[in-house]
Amino acid sequence: MKTLKPLALAIALATALTACSSSTEEPKADGPVTLKVARDPGLDKGAIAAFDERVAQFEKANPGIDIAPQEYNWTATTFTAQLAGGTLPDVFTVPFTDGRGLIERKQIADISGLVSALPYATKFNENVAKAGQAEDGKMWAVPIAAYGQALHYNRALFKQAGLDPDKPPATWDDVRAAAKQIAEKTGKAGYAQLTTDNTGGWILTTLDYAYGGRTEKIEADKATAELDTPELTSVLQWLKDLRWSDNSMGSNFLYDWGGINQAFASGQVGMYVSGGGNYGSLVTQNALKPADYGVTVLPLAGKPEAGVLGGGTLATVSAKANAAVQAAAVKWIDFFYLNKLTDKDAAALDAKTTAASKQPVGAPQLPVFDRATYDESLGWVKSYVNVPLEQFKPYTDKMFDQQLVTEPVRSTQEVYKLLDPVVQSVLTNKDADIAKLLKNADAEAQALLDRN
Amino acid sequence: MNSRIRGGGLSTLVFLLPLLLVFGIFSWIPIGRAVLMSFQETNLVTPSTFVGLQNFRDVLADPLLWTAIKNTLYFAFLALLFGYPVPLLAAVVMSEVRRFKGLYSALAYLPVVIPPVVAVLLWKFFYDASPSGVFNTILGAVGIGPISWLQDSAIAMPSLVLEATWAAAGGTVIIYLAALTGVSTDLYEAAEIDRASIWRKVWHITLPQLRGILLVTFILQIVGTAQVFLEPFLFTGGGPANSTTTLLLLIYDYAFANSLGGEYGMATALSIMLAVVLGVLSAIYFRVTRGWSKS
Repeated sequence: MKTLKPLALAIALATALTACSSSTEEPKADGPVTLKVARDPGLDKGAIAAFDERVAQFEKANPGIDIAPQEYNWTATTFTAQLAGGTLPDVFTVPFTDGRGLIERKQIADISGLVSALPYATKFNENVAKAGQAEDGKMWAVPIAAYGQALHYNRALFKQAGLDPDKPPATWDDVRAAAKQIAEKTGKAGYAQLTTDNTGGWILTTLDYAYGGRTEKIEADKATAELDTPELTSVLQWLKDLRWSDNSMGSNFLYDWGGINQAFASGQVGMYVSGGGNYGSLVTQNALKPADYGVTVLPLAGKPEAGVLGGGTLATVSAKANAAVQAAAVKWIDFFYLNKLTDKDAAALDAKTTAASKQPVGAPQLPVFDRATYDESLGWVKSYVNVPLEQFKPYTDKMFDQQLVTEPVRSTQEVYKLLDPVVQSVLTNKDADIAKLLKNADAEAQALLDRN
Repeated sequence: MNSRIRGGGLSTLVFLLPLLLVFGIFSWIPIGRAVLMSFQETNLVTPSTFVGLQNFRDVLADPLLWTAIKNTLYFAFLALLFGYPVPLLAAVVMSEVRRFKGLYSALAYLPVVIPPVVAVLLWKFFYDASPSGVFNTILGAVGIGPISWLQDSAIAMPSLVLEATWAAAGGTVIIYLAALTGVSTDLYEAAEIDRASIWRKVWHITLPQLRGILLVTFILQIVGTAQVFLEPFLFTGGGPANSTTTLLLLIYDYAFANSLGGEYGMATALSIMLAVVLGVLSAIYFRVTRGWSKS
């Protein structure tokens, strides 16, 4: 008997282990479905309460679906591990740049049938819709938000430095002058730049577009890297001047997305470039004081090619989800992300719930659907708006006038990654040779494009 | 032999089974799969294909590999320079102290108890490069700095080593302290009769007596530093400008930096090359030093 106990233990252990490894549960015909949905990590209490309230509303409307929120946000370095490890929620979000690749490799579920049944399926802004479609036009991933890059600035630091926060810089020379003034008068970083986790390449590409450059050229099936260009040289020279001639960029040159938001929200940074819709996460994840926030359009060089880099977010469903989970997932995407953009009652309910827990309502973003729907939707939530719209005016007044240019499509993140050290070099090494850095990066990018 | 299996052998096996299972499932199967994967092209979702030695060729052709090797060797060198003598010195000094011995060893060991990620994030805060950063404020008081710590490719690596040494020294100190208690007091007494100075005692008694343990900690340190990952990953992400990209960080980047299914084949290929090199190095080391450790 004595020897049996450990044997039983071993067997129990072995069964437990095999149970662990087989996680694809078969669905019951029409039993309750548990749906794991993404929720931004690090939200404050109010934001979580608002989220839970929305979950309760959804569950009430869909008694057969049980929502299980899971903290998730997309970062280049964690996403692949989660995808490969199968630890993503059933509904998760990815940037536009990842859509086509995930679809081609069938790494997300084909929900196009369910999506096409949604009432607004044909109303998507054409450019935006493309990001979530397969080659044949079927929508596997649903665009839920679109952004154009913007210049965020701290109004309090502007005032301290003797600058007028209602007249933000309109050219890159203005930005440089303002940065210098902020650094001299306040001792904070006048201008800061994202540099790590592929964001260095993301922002460098943004500035390149604003100067009128492009980082890749596609002819027929052949992609050519265009990093060694006069535009990118000017961008890096501009950064070099801010850093080494003016010393107006502070002392931290290794910022990732979370880090720079934190630094900006805590008043360490005068200006930085990032997505125009950043206000929400600055407030809910980084405790930004709304009164300090200012945002304006990116300065564009006087060339017809100069444009604003734009992108967006897709909602996708895990490839492992079975039919019942997929159906529930699309219901959630409709309820949580999209309905509020197209339906008056849903918009009001969402805005009311969000505003009740003191979360921002009315921060600017680019329309996912056509412009008319967007303008109309602004009216639906008007009475709940609790953000300083006046301070967004420099951005919202001009955001539709600027040419929106999509992110590079081939090997996007890989090219971003190899641009990280380029911008880091310029900011941390006084003698960095811009011409040589760009020549090398160009060759590396070309090798990547040829390989893929 | 036969009778041993019959008499209690079965229960031995049964007791061993959970361990073998756990070890097999969580260690050997992944290792086996990694070896297999290094010869394959895979994105872990669609079926994988065999590509022979292509992954190994790709890794060896990557210019970043040589940067990573250089950085890892530099880290290992600095870590040996500071990290190897410091715990030994601390242990010898602590063993000489008569009072509060326990307090000192607890203090030395405390950094090991702090979760490594917490420690790194704390140090990241200390390393703030502005004049108002913690370290820069302290150094500023004596007229040094401000130092750019992690923001300068020449200083970033030594900064990582400083934290790594702080974090790891405690464990080694405890090993040395334990070994020191094994040194016969007769030897010291004899030395005292001969009026030997404290340094002569350390040089002629302590170090020779610790020789065996010193040789082991030396190779353990080499193997450990060759696999440094946490510090560059959390402190700098390999920056500025790849000056802290180590081999393990490169492996991680191969696998995970590209959000659309990384080069898992290349990642495992480099892992296996690193494992083989470290294995061979350890074997040679033990062969060469076999005679030295006998007292």
